[in-house]
Amino acid sequence: MNASNFVEGVDFSLYLILAISVFFLVGITAVMIYFLFRYRKKNNPVATNISHNNTLEIVWTVIPAILVLIMFWYGWTGYRPMLKAPEDAMEINATGQMWKWTFEYPNGKVSDTLVVPIDEAVKLNLFSKDVLHSLYIPAFRIKQDVVPGSEKMMWFTAQKKGTFDILCAEYCGQLHSYMLSTVKVVDRAEYDNWLAAESSPADEHPGLTLMKRNACLSCHTQDGTRLVGPSLKGLMGKTETVIVDGQEKEITIDREYLLNSIREPNAEIVKGFQPNLMPKLPLTEEELNQIADYIETIK
Amino acid sequence: MTAATTVEQPNFFQAKRGLFSWIFTLDHKRIGLLYLYSVGSFFLVGLTLGLLMRLELLNPGKDIMEAQTYNQVFTLHGVIMIFLFIIPSIPAVFGNFFLPLMIGTDDVAFPRLNLFSWWLYVLGALFALSTLVFGDGPADTGWTFYAPYSVNTTTNVSLSVMAALVLGFSSILTGLNFIVTIHRLRTPGMGFNQMPLFAWSLYATSWIQLLATPVIGITLLMIFAERTFGVGLFDPSIGGDPILYQHMFWIYSHPAVYIMALPAMGIVSELIPTFAQRTIFGYKAIAYSSMAIAFIGYFVWGHHMFTSGMSGPAAVIFSILTFMVAIPTAIKVFNWVATLYKGSIVIEIPLLFALAFIFNFLIGGLTGLVLGALAADVHVHDTYFVVGHFHYVMFGGTGFAFMGAMHYWFPKIWGKMYNKLWAGIAFAFVFIGFNVLYFPMFILGIMGMPRRYYDYLPEFHPLNMISTYGSWILAAGIVIMIVNLIVSKRKGEKAAANPWNGITLEWQTSSPPPLHNFDKMPELPEGGPYNYPNAKNA
Repeated sequence: MNASNFVEGVDFSLYLILAISVFFLVGITAVMIYFLFRYRKKNNPVATNISHNNTLEIVWTVIPAILVLIMFWYGWTGYRPMLKAPEDAMEINATGQMWKWTFEYPNGKVSDTLVVPIDEAVKLNLFSKDVLHSLYIPAFRIKQDVVPGSEKMMWFTAQKKGTFDILCAEYCGQLHSYMLSTVKVVDRAEYDNWLAAESSPADEHPGLTLMKRNACLSCHTQDGTRLVGPSLKGLMGKTETVIVDGQEKEITIDREYLLNSIREPNAEIVKGFQPNLMPKLPLTEEELNQIADYIETIK
Repeated sequence: MTAATTVEQPNFFQAKRGLFSWIFTLDHKRIGLLYLYSVGSFFLVGLTLGLLMRLELLNPGKDIMEAQTYNQVFTLHGVIMIFLFIIPSIPAVFGNFFLPLMIGTDDVAFPRLNLFSWWLYVLGALFALSTLVFGDGPADTGWTFYAPYSVNTTTNVSLSVMAALVLGFSSILTGLNFIVTIHRLRTPGMGFNQMPLFAWSLYATSWIQLLATPVIGITLLMIFAERTFGVGLFDPSIGGDPILYQHMFWIYSHPAVYIMALPAMGIVSELIPTFAQRTIFGYKAIAYSSMAIAFIGYFVWGHHMFTSGMSGPAAVIFSILTFMVAIPTAIKVFNWVATLYKGSIVIEIPLLFALAFIFNFLIGGLTGLVLGALAADVHVHDTYFVVGHFHYVMFGGTGFAFMGAMHYWFPKIWGKMYNKLWAGIAFAFVFIGFNVLYFPMFILGIMGMPRRYYDYLPEFHPLNMISTYGSWILAAGIVIMIVNLIVSKRKGEKAAANPWNGITLEWQTSSPPPLHNFDKMPELPEGGPYNYPNAKNA
């Protein structure tokens, strides 16, 4: 069984064209090499000026024209079903942002991996919070750009159980190649159990849950590793040089600085880090405080 | 043409001396060489950046540079190779040097404009290089400058797009110059259908340069305006539309592919009849198919955007038109191969490059069919399959034609013959290295490895290693070739005025040519531009 309903159409058009291509590549190369030796100066001291042959010109215009129309046709028939999802497809919102995928289910469950039931049509409504991304599942042969400011969609029916890679195929900045996730295909019962379970362990700090959901951890590690943003480890009480309106200023990181930096990410950037990378998040004061509470715990 | 006439007239190197006699020259041959040295230098810079990228991709994870550096390196590699090497390469170097010679005239129509084009090129190059030293360094957007990322990044996108804008003007003016030259300055008796096919290909190319390049100019200015003044054009957070950018970008950048490819096809159409010592097969088919490619090439840009959420009807139209471009391209290949039939073939280095061009270009073109097919494209779009495809067309095609032209006309430009043994060794390294470098990319793409990836999943490791090994073989070949050409230019044997028994007009003058190209009016061959008098007539 193929991994998704689109594998057959895509692979057929791909391998049909590759087969025709190999035929012409080998054929033309062979003829070329044959002529090269057959009509070497040694074998054929006097050349013949043959200026043209209309029959041949017509033959090698018409045959490629027919072949490319066949290629077009199978490309189109494999592609057409991708354009419209079935009416009864189950809908999941997928959001791309630098550099994380987030999947939100109809019951409100949020996950950073995609879990879907086998043999059921799934429609992903695609959103971007910042720049272009492209949701690509090679095993399913599907790819759709995710465009900020507009809603795109893609759909599929998974036909094989297992875990498959989700990649970002549209360049989106520094950690583009790390914008990875997986799609896990399970049977219906397992899916229902997964969907009903809490998205995070019950004892997880609500601040951590919020940070996971908002992709904070793609850029800010908890273990001291430096990524695009400063690590959160031992952040409180640290002395840092920040840039305010082009001027350097020495500060000690406290709760107020932390809250301000989430509200206005570009106001006071720590020296050595790039501005304009962190988005402003629509967080309530309560959520802000939960995040700050959690960051204070990362020693 | 006897040795006696060449002694009397100083050649164009001897006519004047000194730096200023070069950088302010109005002689098309000297301007061609100025371009040769400039685009050649940038080719080496781009090549070095490419080698660094391949080295970084040798193993998963970090090898030699950070992710941000890698992103800047691949952007700079693309910008340099496209805008500073491949677009000007064949037209500006060999077009400038040989178009007037091949149509039997003494210069291009507007020599001052020609010099101005080169100066614009230098200015554009300085803009591009200046991104290295200011602020956050070179752009990290990829050569496509896709919005809204290009609007928001703090790297030097504005300077990079200004560089591309200035280089665009250089390209427009060269195109304009060639169109007028071809219309007005052909030697008496040379109708359009008696023109060498290289001139035909430059004619088709020039129209694209003239008509398509302004679109990229305005698009890049819009990016500049958006970054500098916050005008909401492409960034949705200030009211713009990122898809509009993609359309505008590819309306130029797809035809630009033919700016890069058509002159290369023109070169191949010269090399094959010369070394087969017979007339080209299907002259009109080759000439007119250049015009057909240039024309249809305007209407296929949407195939870069099949996964952007394009409507069904738009996708169908762009896919069919894309397949239509394959037909005139196939016609050319069949006619080239047919030209070998009943030739009296002399196997020389330029011919090997021409045949390698056909092989590589076939692979590049046929994999283009995969990308034109809607279903297959959804899978391989934005993967290494695309990277393999365009390097086969651009490097395997245009790059090989450039190297073939370099060897073909080397004795004409400098009056010396290159060392054929070393040239053959260099060819073997370049051909093998090229294929080892780029062929694995097709498989990587079908396996699903996206392009512009600093790091990759473990299953992609073996093929990436092979590809990187190929880059070393290729680079070794290029170094051997350049050293051989430089040494041959200094110490090579003196070459005859027409060492290949070529029939086009540039072979009727001495080597190097005199300042005004011809000491006496060149004579057109009887019965067509490639009608070899010593061949039998069919």
